[in-house]
Amino acid sequence: MKVLYFAWLRDRVGITDEEVEPPEEVTTVGELIDWLAQQSSGHEEAFADPAIVRCALNQEYVKAHEIFSRDDEVAFFPPVTGG
Amino acid sequence: MIKVQRENFDVGDELAALCANRQNVGAVASFIGLVRDVAGPGELSAMTLEHYRGMTEKQLQRLEADALQRWPLDRVLIIHRYGRLLPGDQIVLCATTSAHREAAFTACSFLMDWLKTKAPFWKLEEVGGKSEWVEAKDTDVEAAAKWNENR
Repeated sequence: MKVLYFAWLRDRVGITDEEVEPPEEVTTVGELIDWLAQQSSGHEEAFADPAIVRCALNQEYVKAHEIFSRDDEVAFFPPVTGG
Repeated sequence: MIKVQRENFDVGDELAALCANRQNVGAVASFIGLVRDVAGPGELSAMTLEHYRGMTEKQLQRLEADALQRWPLDRVLIIHRYGRLLPGDQIVLCATTSAHREAAFTACSFLMDWLKTKAPFWKLEEVGGKSEWVEAKDTDVEAAAKWNENR
């Protein structure tokens, strides 16, 4: 499945996007964050404080308890600062 | 109408187009956001706006639809730029038109408050040769939340 990163999350992970294959028991966004955090030291740094990480599934905001599908577009980013 | 673009925009041209041949419109309210030269402790030399292409347009279109539903508006225009901008540059234009001023003013304020907490843009400031991501403000979240209380 495809995961996108923006702003300082991308800087810390070191890539704009990646294809990942989380194990079957990873079903919620929160579990995906925990699993991704173990993938590299950059991922660990990016997800060090999951409370400030925002997530979108198919470009819609979701909370950590949301269940994702393997063909969703998942994006992680910091709180937004436009305007 | 939503436009997410790198290029600058001419406020006069945009507002004129918004009201062209709309003789039911008696009021136009607009907000223009500019890049300031102050950033926390130092002087800002530039700012880069990053966004999530696709999601940005989707979220802004939803805000537009929400405003059109809540107030008797004729039209909504939001133009938001991305890319590297310098102090004094225009970042955002939000404009609303209506028969009377109250709906136009109020909806314009609503749109900006929600844009700041929903539209996936991030500002990277260049200060003294260093680049720092801008942190989100609690006051922006509170400003947006008050529109739910008023419902």
